[in-house]
Amino acid sequence: MSKAEAAAGVGAAARQRTHRPVPGRFLRSELLLIFGRRRNLAGLAVLAAVPVIVAIAIKVVGPSSQGGPTFFAAVMGNGLFVALASLALELTLFLPLAVSAIAGDTIAGEANQGTLRYLLTVPVGRTRLLLVKLAAVVVFAFAATLLVAVAGAIAGCALFGGGPMTLLSGVQVSFVAGALRVLAAVAYLALSLSALGAVGLFVSTLTEQPIGATVAVLVFDLMCQVLDQIPQLDWLHPWLLTHWWLSFGDLLRDPIAWHGIGRGLALAAGYTAVAWLAAWARFAGKDVTS
Amino acid sequence: MSAAAAEPAAADETDSAGAAPPLAIRTCGLGKSFGPHRAVADLDLEVPRGSVFGFLGPNGSGKTTTIRMLLGLVRPSAGRIELLGRPMPAGAAGALPRIGALVESPAFHPYLSARANLARLEAADVTPAAGTARDRVDAALERVGLLAAANRRYRVYSLGMRQRLGIAAALLRPRELLVLDEPTNGLDPQGTREVRALIRSLAGDGTTVFVSSHLLSEVEQVCTHIGVMHAGRLVAAGDVAALRAEPAPQASIRTPDTGAALAALADLGLAGEAAGTEVVSAELAEVAPERVVAALVVAGVRVRGFTVEARTLEDMYVALTGEGFDVEG
Repeated sequence: MSKAEAAAGVGAAARQRTHRPVPGRFLRSELLLIFGRRRNLAGLAVLAAVPVIVAIAIKVVGPSSQGGPTFFAAVMGNGLFVALASLALELTLFLPLAVSAIAGDTIAGEANQGTLRYLLTVPVGRTRLLLVKLAAVVVFAFAATLLVAVAGAIAGCALFGGGPMTLLSGVQVSFVAGALRVLAAVAYLALSLSALGAVGLFVSTLTEQPIGATVAVLVFDLMCQVLDQIPQLDWLHPWLLTHWWLSFGDLLRDPIAWHGIGRGLALAAGYTAVAWLAAWARFAGKDVTS
Repeated sequence: MSAAAAEPAAADETDSAGAAPPLAIRTCGLGKSFGPHRAVADLDLEVPRGSVFGFLGPNGSGKTTTIRMLLGLVRPSAGRIELLGRPMPAGAAGALPRIGALVESPAFHPYLSARANLARLEAADVTPAAGTARDRVDAALERVGLLAAANRRYRVYSLGMRQRLGIAAALLRPRELLVLDEPTNGLDPQGTREVRALIRSLAGDGTTVFVSSHLLSEVEQVCTHIGVMHAGRLVAAGDVAALRAEPAPQASIRTPDTGAALAALADLGLAGEAAGTEVVSAELAEVAPERVVAALVVAGVRVRGFTVEARTLEDMYVALTGEGFDVEG
């Protein structure tokens, strides 16, 4: 180090050594960005509206005599089932759409705005950026899923009451035990949606158009659901990201049927790892010309 | 400018040896191709510490691509970069915190306020102490005169305010090197003057400033060094004073005795040429104008007019980069 450099850099270097970096600041900033954006808040409001609509509709009209969507029949017995019914309903489109919108925006949104080049010159290491972005998507997936469940639980309990919960296998558990099982279902689905978010993070490194990335992730999600409906492709079904999502219902049995949950978690972990590594491989050495 | 053979040893020495002035930026044989298009080729750039380096060239001459390579955004196809003595992009984590940058144009989140935008960049930086973040954000805003508008959303900012906010982001921390890409873009004449004053005061603090522009006139007054890009290549570089002196001043003599005048010039070792029926012109090189006049008078040449014109940097710049609208392939 030359004298000139030493003179100029010594102050900064000393300051760098005397404090420890606060690792959560960037993630916090990322979350403020996601949850401070009006578009995202509007999306969350839609997610929260569905359980309320479900609860009111069942209250007014009554449960349909022949089946109806999952958990609808059980709603009259315990308000908590509104949470589960809403989760099952929103898994087909709304929750994946919300996660796709956030995940598609991660890198492509910053590139589109030009803010990516400024983050990278701060500098934010590219690996760190991908880790923080994934962490933010996971937090969002948990927040969105929990929001649906909480809105459902509140609307359900208000209209149908709480009390002990009769599980799908007929066993009755206390309200608290039932609520914990709902929370477990939330965690399972949030992790499953996080895997979709990781796929979205990868797609987001491929383009500078956030909407394009979002649509691509949603198409991927819907393609999984479509392929899952084709019996001739049954060998493929266990490997489709969405295949095990509805297994969250198994948490409402006694004893809990772990097979589907376990397969679902393992598949989600695999998708997340592969997608994140693909994002890294794509992004780590990419020319940022946006 | 292309001392490829001597460069490996020299590169390692620049930061420790006292003999050569330390360099803030040094590139050797830097090149970048996008497909078949060569954006930058064989670029050997040396920016001394403490200098204000004007990086000039028409739009599309490779300035921004070079800046992106310097900052590790774009991977060079060829050559090496040293930034504050560290190799790029490998040494980015060590070099970039000491560098403030404005790349191409300012870019911020439109629905966040100016202050929130800077706070976000501040939060992304792991090096400074978190506790002083707010002070540093305010100090940077103050420096560019945006403190009063700090809580307004970026989307309502005018072009000039956006440009200033971009500069404020580069000034979030004390920097050793500022890389400013077209900092006066979109500014009115007053804003341009303010940016120049800002560059001067930063340079006065010892910061090296690397400023690009397609207009020589915008940066000429503040620069100590200049590099001129044309079609991806560096076509001139050096000290401003040296570059100004480089094209020898041109003398033109109005006289009916052109033959005698040419002979008198030849005696002085100057190659004159008849530039019209009654005008003779010559590059003066080392010869002082008064000696030329004296020699002409002694030779009996009837001198009706004698003018000496120094070529301006602008003339040189235009000569190097052309004047037309042609986009270089």
